[in-house]
Amino acid sequence: MALENPNITADAIEINEYPHLAQRYRVMGVPKTMIDSREGIEGALPENAFVNAVVLQVTQPGQSS
Amino acid sequence: MTLIGERERVEIRKILGTMKHPVKLINFTQTFECDTCLDTRQLLEEVAGLSDKLTLEVLNFTIDTARAAEYNVDKVPATVIEGDGNQRIRFYGVPGGYEFASLLDAIVLASQRESGLAADARAAVALINKPLHLEVLVTPT
Repeated sequence: MALENPNITADAIEINEYPHLAQRYRVMGVPKTMIDSREGIEGALPENAFVNAVVLQVTQPGQSS
Repeated sequence: MTLIGERERVEIRKILGTMKHPVKLINFTQTFECDTCLDTRQLLEEVAGLSDKLTLEVLNFTIDTARAAEYNVDKVPATVIEGDGNQRIRFYGVPGGYEFASLLDAIVLASQRESGLAADARAAVALINKPLHLEVLVTPT
């Protein structure tokens, strides 16, 4: 996604190495994706579902997919 | 001692052989209070040695603060994958285990300047018109 759109930055974080982040983001399982440090997507989704969930969060914050 | 075995080297060379354009890895590291910085640096040095199209720049997080700010890197070890001016794919922590495959994948995609997304996903991603920070939290196993 970061390759497609210059607005997007994508980080992969090995969460065991950053316990303070695991706590702040309330990580109970992985993978978990944080969108602008909030509203995580839990688990691995198929490509389209993942992209749609992210776009929905960005365009209509507060609503879940 | 090397972290990557001889057999793995052959496989990695094959994968990196599909690279098209040069890619630079930028590793932010520090010498103390970072358990995994040394391993990360060594792993990246070994990977960078396996392709002519791949280079590695090692920066000290505590000294090269201007560069860290430029890349918005806020913790170590950090690995920025830079291709064609795009610096927006980063790995935090040792890119080992499953993440090693993700690292190689990201390098190849950045090098091919091709996201690999399907047309639908591509169209949806294009709708994002303001800065967006995605953080995928993972564990190595």
